[in-house]
Amino acid sequence: MSRYDDLFARLDTAGEGAFVPFIMLSDPSPEEAFQIISTAIEAGADALELGVPFSDPVADGPTVAESHLRALDGGATVDSALEQIKRVRAAYPEVPIGMLIYGNVPFTRGLDRFYQEFAEAGADSILLPDVPVREGAPFSAAAAAAGIDPIYIAPANASEKTLEGVSAASKGYIYAISRDGVTGTERESSTDGLSAVVDNIKKFDGAPIFLGFGISSPQHVADAIAAGASGAITGSAITKIIASHCEGEHPNPSTIRDMDGLKKDLTEFISAMKAATKKV
Amino acid sequence: MTEKENLGGSTLLPAYFGEFGGQFVAESLLPALDQLEKAFVDATNSPEFREELGGYLRDYLGRPTPLTECSNLPLSGEGKGFARIFLKREDLVHGGAHKTNQVIGQVLLAKRMGKTRIIAETGAGQHGTATALACALMGLECVVYMGAKDVARQQPNVYRMQLHGAKVIPVESGSGTLKDAVNEALRDWTATFHESHYLLGTAAGPHPFPTIVREFHKVISEEAKAQMLERTGKLPDVVVACVGGGSNAIGMFADFIDDEGVELVGAEPAGEGLDSGKHGATITNGQIGILHGTRSYLMRNSDGQVEESYSISAGLDYPGVGPQHAHLHATGRATYVGITDAEALQAFQYLARYEGIIPALESSHAFAYALKRAKTAEEEGQNLTILVSLSGRGDKDVDHVRRTLEENPELILKDNR
Repeated sequence: MSRYDDLFARLDTAGEGAFVPFIMLSDPSPEEAFQIISTAIEAGADALELGVPFSDPVADGPTVAESHLRALDGGATVDSALEQIKRVRAAYPEVPIGMLIYGNVPFTRGLDRFYQEFAEAGADSILLPDVPVREGAPFSAAAAAAGIDPIYIAPANASEKTLEGVSAASKGYIYAISRDGVTGTERESSTDGLSAVVDNIKKFDGAPIFLGFGISSPQHVADAIAAGASGAITGSAITKIIASHCEGEHPNPSTIRDMDGLKKDLTEFISAMKAATKKV
Repeated sequence: MTEKENLGGSTLLPAYFGEFGGQFVAESLLPALDQLEKAFVDATNSPEFREELGGYLRDYLGRPTPLTECSNLPLSGEGKGFARIFLKREDLVHGGAHKTNQVIGQVLLAKRMGKTRIIAETGAGQHGTATALACALMGLECVVYMGAKDVARQQPNVYRMQLHGAKVIPVESGSGTLKDAVNEALRDWTATFHESHYLLGTAAGPHPFPTIVREFHKVISEEAKAQMLERTGKLPDVVVACVGGGSNAIGMFADFIDDEGVELVGAEPAGEGLDSGKHGATITNGQIGILHGTRSYLMRNSDGQVEESYSISAGLDYPGVGPQHAHLHATGRATYVGITDAEALQAFQYLARYEGIIPALESSHAFAYALKRAKTAEEEGQNLTILVSLSGRGDKDVDHVRRTLEENPELILKDNR
């Protein structure tokens, strides 16, 4: 049983969906990122989606793109990301940790070594937003060899053929998006046709579905769960809260001005989002 | 990958050149790439499309462009009597550079696909200008992403685009240059591909862009080959073109690739020197990675973070390179060499002073290599014909060259005429 299986079993019994925050490692520093992650888990996050920063995050909108750069301005490295994952894993042995990393990072490190190191650090799954199923075979094979679940994105209004491929290639969960475009709250998650999205993917009998992109309010979470998703992922809305507490201008490193204030804001937001996962 | 049924779908044409290329984009963009590929394949097989494109190339862009043999260069003692240098005059294409060839092709494809809005990225503004003029001609909405730094440096081109009715959006994120403009254009396209076509400006990016851009620029080498045969009775010994992303070079190489006896050389921007860290000689630099949808040579650090490139010529200032060039290098079919800012500036002044042509700083890199080869030909007592892609005109660079030469008087050409 993987940590994802355990999570879905537990939530099923409780009659809840999963709330999954996306948090960038090293943003704005490894120590501060760890405190942010701990706060998110204490506030009710069921699983984590953690980012490793990349210089050219083309699948991300302005909020998350800035968090990549903030982390890099602070001197973020892949080695440091691995250290942070180890620390989170040691503190929270049960929480599923998903990773979101752009393809050039594993390619540069060497696929076998990359997946092995992230598995050893304690990651459960890895999603590469710029590697579609069509290019995914070597990545999925290295992931399988290391015991990491490869995750692929099911786009909005995707063809049956695409959804079939995504369902077959994804283990752990499927990351479904309900609207076109990059990440961000600039475009809200589309609530129309959410159940059609979920139903279409479910036809192919794949892993459970998390909905993401533009999920920024408890109502979005409730809609996602009501439509049949097993959980909802929020990235930009959380990153915005973190950014609002950051001091410093690119390309200089940033710091959190008032960590207690940030923890309070995050706790309030995440508790409300988690509360909306209760099935009605 | 094209023959067998692939998980996630297949392409109609090969997506890879050896180990280079591919489609490293968000899953949600694949339908847009597939639609573009299909439109391109259909258009290529359509006599009406070829006729329409041919009409624009002839009557609007002024093709075929001339082939000019240098009258006074190389100078005596520097290759005269040994090397003949021929210039393929893409500087005379409407818009001032080769760029417009493929822009017209892609705009016609966009119309065939029913797209009403064109997105483009631009560095110095040449591709943006070519796209803006074509959109003005065809009545399409045009949005050009341009790094904020480049907007400040290239005001005349910004205004040219605006005169053509394009909306120029300054990109503040990252380093505020071409790489960031591509990122922003890709983000726009991911959200708007139903009505928008992304008119990528070079032979890089995800499949099918490298193939489409090559095929629409192939006219450069088809014309040049016929012109060389007519003028000299044989193929050139050496063909040289500058390489940033690699669009004029792939167009200049395309029809010569199967002529094994023709040496193909790409001149990369060595900036202040390959050891200085301030350059954009991506292939010479030797590292491979994934950026902007393609696997190719890429300037990056050991963590995979993409590094800033540098060149005196904004059009060559890109940390990646088209995947077919990567393959031509890997197989040894083409050679890629670094040309420094100083060498390019010297070649720029030579062409202006001795041939009455002001070339783009980009093209000056290719011409600098031709001058080097001419010198070597004389040293080795060898006869050589060199064909240079003069990819663009240098009006846009005049101010920059003047400032640079004022600040570095040691680079001013000693006039020995």
